[in-house]
Amino acid sequence: MNLLAWFRGERSAPVARERLQVLLAHERMASGHSELLNVLREEILAVIAKHIKVDREKVNIKLERGGDVATLEIDVEMPDALAVTAGRRGKAAA
Amino acid sequence: MSKVLVVTSGKGGVGKTTSTAALGAALAQAGENVVVVDFDVGLRNLDLVMGAERRVVFDMINVIQGDAKLAQALIRDKRIDNLSLLPASQTRDKDALTPEGVAKIVDQLREKFDWVICDSPAGIETGAIMAMRHADMAVVVTNPEVSSVRDSDRIIGMLDSKTLKAENGGRIDKHLLLTRYDPGRAARGEMLKVEDVLDILSIPLLGIVPESVDVLNASNVGSPVTLNSPSSGAAKAYFDAARRLRGEDVEVIVPIERKGLMGRLFGRRVA
Ligand SMILES: Nc1ncnc2c1ncn2[C@@H]1O[C@H](COP(=O)(O)OP(=O)(O)O)[C@@H](O)[C@H]1O
Ligand SMILES: [Mg+2]
Repeated sequence: MNLLAWFRGERSAPVARERLQVLLAHERMASGHSELLNVLREEILAVIAKHIKVDREKVNIKLERGGDVATLEIDVEMPDALAVTAGRRGKAAA
Repeated sequence: MSKVLVVTSGKGGVGKTTSTAALGAALAQAGENVVVVDFDVGLRNLDLVMGAERRVVFDMINVIQGDAKLAQALIRDKRIDNLSLLPASQTRDKDALTPEGVAKIVDQLREKFDWVICDSPAGIETGAIMAMRHADMAVVVTNPEVSSVRDSDRIIGMLDSKTLKAENGGRIDKHLLLTRYDPGRAARGEMLKVEDVLDILSIPLLGIVPESVDVLNASNVGSPVTLNSPSSGAAKAYFDAARRLRGEDVEVIVPIERKGLMGRLFGRRVA
């Protein structure tokens, strides 16, 4: 190792510690989100299925992280006939 | 009640196989009836580290495929008769390790042994999941180094989501085994400190195994370090870890550099 750096008190281990803390905080969040998303998808599908017959493939759920806010986007493609009924009740947009 | 323990890490080369052999032998030396199971299909090594490579006739896949009985595949250790090995297959297709087959074998092993210790392959894929699937407890083997700590973090996440116990709403008992620990480097601030790793991974510490030539010598001659050099620092760390696994309350000792002051100054200068 570099003796000069040693005398100045510059060690590499504290750098390693800090980099790991930052990285793992991110990675844990990401994997936590993917599990949360799976749970959300199943529960949202179940709620929709109680009222409307929709294709699983037509339900799209996304969790996006911006700088300060995260948004949950739920995109459901409804069968034509139902969209009309729902529209009359003023509940087309979720 | 028998225990299924997985020795896992994510990263390769950190000391899983070495630790499986040493912990398995240490538990057997304490009188427990132990089987060590090699899950590293295609890259089996546990037989070599245990010194049983020339006695392998059948392996786990032979048993799964019905070509051999479990009792025919188990190899009893020549030194301690309450220690056995179930070897992995060397050549066959990895897909031969089916979830149903593994479940059946683990159930049978539970009936015969107090401890079923599963040596996981590296990685976070099917092989590693197979090895952890039925575990009640896990030993997460980690080196004090960034990539190993990161991989251990991912493995901890998988232990909490991909094991049967986790899927059934239970919590798998996880322990950190810090291996290849170099006290000199830690003292010089060149290696992550024990507290740093514990702080980051936040699972209880099972032990600290120093980087040691005794481990290499033991694997050279095919004998777990706890049998080959029982009074070495590495063996002591494994003996203590085994006692903790059995539920004893044993203080963890952080290895320190054993060189004198002159040696340390010299070591620093040449490093
Ligand atoms: N405490 C230790 N001191 C010195 N060498 C070690 C130690 N632990 C493991 N090793 C060596 O490191 C290498 C990888 O160990 P191994 O147990 O095969 O790792 P893994 O199963 O995780 O891939 C082997 O050569 C082994 O002898
Ligand atoms: Mg190995």
